Amino acid sequence: MNLYEFLYYIILPILSISAVLVFIRFLLGPSLSDRVVALDLLITIGIGIISIYSIVTNQPTFLDIAMILALIAFLGTVAFSYYLEKRKKNE
Amino acid sequence: MSEILIYILTSFGAIFILLAGIGVLRMPDLYLRISVTTKAATLGIGLVLLSAGIYFNDSSITTRVLAIILFMFLTAPVGAHLIGRSSYFTGIQLWKKSLMDDLEGKYEKKTHVLQSDEKEVENPIATNKEDEIQKNP
Repeated sequence: MNLYEFLYYIILPILSISAVLVFIRFLLGPSLSDRVVALDLLITIGIGIISIYSIVTNQPTFLDIAMILALIAFLGTVAFSYYLEKRKKNE
Repeated sequence: MSEILIYILTSFGAIFILLAGIGVLRMPDLYLRISVTTKAATLGIGLVLLSAGIYFNDSSITTRVLAIILFMFLTAPVGAHLIGRSSYFTGIQLWKKSLMDDLEGKYEKKTHVLQSDEKEVENPIATNKEDEIQKNP
């Protein structure tokens, strides 16, 4: 088994299974903060899948998209926490 | 030689990410879930990105990978602290088996100002709880 088959048939399914598990928590999550945490972890797993794909397809350009996703995940978490606090204060 | 390193790094990274997924699904409390996302997932993503940097073996791509890893290591604790703080303020309960809550009665509910004075520690609610714990260990 060479490197590409190992990455394609073992590592990518493990990452997909963990993404499905996190998505179950995203659907279940009793409060809104649980959903925000699950969304953050989903984007983080997406960065891992993109970097594995960039190895398999031999295209390092995909890593730029990984950087932009990391930025968007941080901004989303900060904005969600800010507006959660604001919403509670107005009630 | 670098192929063996890529095998090892991607295997450990995938295992850590899978553990983070299981932990987010199975942990009983929001705060424990936040701790899982910050530690295990960040370590796993760092290992996977490092394997990509080793595979391409080019200085510009390695710099890019190191920038992503540094950015994630900087922003994961900040984001976790922000979401934990706001969810504590919005009144999400801790797990009922958790033993102590250090922030109990230490902030004003309207202005969201944290205080750590001695007077605030000795309010009646906290002392009652401590007495109950000492009677029924």
